[in-house]
Amino acid sequence: MPWTPDQPLVRLADVHKTFGGGVEVLKGITMDVMKGEVICIIGPSGSGKSTLLRCVNALVPIDRGSILVEGQEVNDPKLDKLALRRKVGMVFQQYNLFPHKTALENVMMAPVHVLKRDKKEVERQALALIAKVRLTGKEESYPGELSGGQQQRIAIARSLAMNPDVMLFDEVTAALDPETVKGVLVTIRELAEDGMTCMIVTHEMGFAREVANRVYFTDGGVLVEHGPPKEFFASPRDPRTRQFLDQIL
Amino acid sequence: MLHETSGIKLTIFYDAFDRARFFNGFLTSVRLMAVCLVASVVIGVVGAWIQGSRLRVLRLITQGYIQFFRNTPPLVQLYFFYFALGSYLKLTTGNGIAVPIVSNFTWAAICLSFYAGAFNVEIFRAGIEAVPRETLEAAESLGYSRLKAYAYVILPLAFRISLPALNNNLVNLIKTTTIAYAIAVPEMLYVANQIWSDESNVPEMMNVLLITYVSLVGILVWVMGRWERGLRIPGYSPA
Repeated sequence: MPWTPDQPLVRLADVHKTFGGGVEVLKGITMDVMKGEVICIIGPSGSGKSTLLRCVNALVPIDRGSILVEGQEVNDPKLDKLALRRKVGMVFQQYNLFPHKTALENVMMAPVHVLKRDKKEVERQALALIAKVRLTGKEESYPGELSGGQQQRIAIARSLAMNPDVMLFDEVTAALDPETVKGVLVTIRELAEDGMTCMIVTHEMGFAREVANRVYFTDGGVLVEHGPPKEFFASPRDPRTRQFLDQIL
Repeated sequence: MLHETSGIKLTIFYDAFDRARFFNGFLTSVRLMAVCLVASVVIGVVGAWIQGSRLRVLRLITQGYIQFFRNTPPLVQLYFFYFALGSYLKLTTGNGIAVPIVSNFTWAAICLSFYAGAFNVEIFRAGIEAVPRETLEAAESLGYSRLKAYAYVILPLAFRISLPALNNNLVNLIKTTTIAYAIAVPEMLYVANQIWSDESNVPEMMNVLLITYVSLVGILVWVMGRWERGLRIPGYSPA
């Protein structure tokens, strides 16, 4: 059955993952993310949030269960990883820019190398994306010459250059100096407002409350509860959620 | 003349025959160095890539190759190639004379390239392993295949990290080309030997050899140094 936009863009069903050494980090995660939806995943360290995101674009293979991205099964040995990763953009905690390339080249590389698109046209798009993340003038800078926040915004532009259908953000502000966090969050919020489907793992509760359509709380590899941010933060039902929120808010 | 006044016999500077054979020896050495430099780097890059392969057989073969060439003396390898393998690779011509298929120069080039290549594989592997895993993940999540990520991201970074160690090994390679002398490749040491046998000017020729090698290695180090500086990335220091 072909995927249509009225079905969940990302659909996780009973996802299990155990790392070597027998640590079960995901114990049956089920969630649906609709097109245009912005979800935030929060929870204590080691609760499996990052692993969850990394499973969605097949950086981490899952043991059991199903992950569908636009109807394509990720948990399939015959999976076309390249096709999947064109649809799914990912931004990392440590930005992971290519340090030997300028900001502009970082944004242009994948469309040129992977999608074999025309260089001129890619450059035009890349310049527009760099302007969108408010870094016009930094095109020729190398990652090492940019602040953490600037690098992270270039990393977002780099992912967007592949025209993904869903963006995964893995604690993208956790490694940043406080004064550069805001720029990154503004960029993500603008993306969300443009209708980009986003799955965001974050520790920024204020940001989650503001930007998310739905907040998920994970603890110990299970989804404890989820709901619209207003309800979620105002009246969490599960004691574990309450305890977590009490600690950080 | 210097020789009449001081007794120093630098025949290569005034004797046309000696000059010609020394110059030919010099050219042979430089040719051997150039071939081995390029081939050993290519072997290093390919070998390092194979070492990261998922195929166990390929990894084992590379590992065996490295162990063999790294753990045996280059002179023994050269003898092995030339006398052991070379003795099988002969054609017998109509008048009953055996002609080797592979020349001694080619054997020296093959042997030294694989010898230095074995070290280069390890040097590049160390460079590749020093590239953060996360950088590879970023490339993968942008849709890069393993080969493309290797070509566009990992290798350019690994190469920069490897350059100082590579430098050392290539300097070593330049110097090791003199062992081609042992299988009568007419390179610099070989012709110098011929000249001092004819002219009995061993100390002079020794000095000429040393100065020539110091200069050749100096040029290589200078070129590599410029290259290293040229490749330096603004604001980047490998962890």
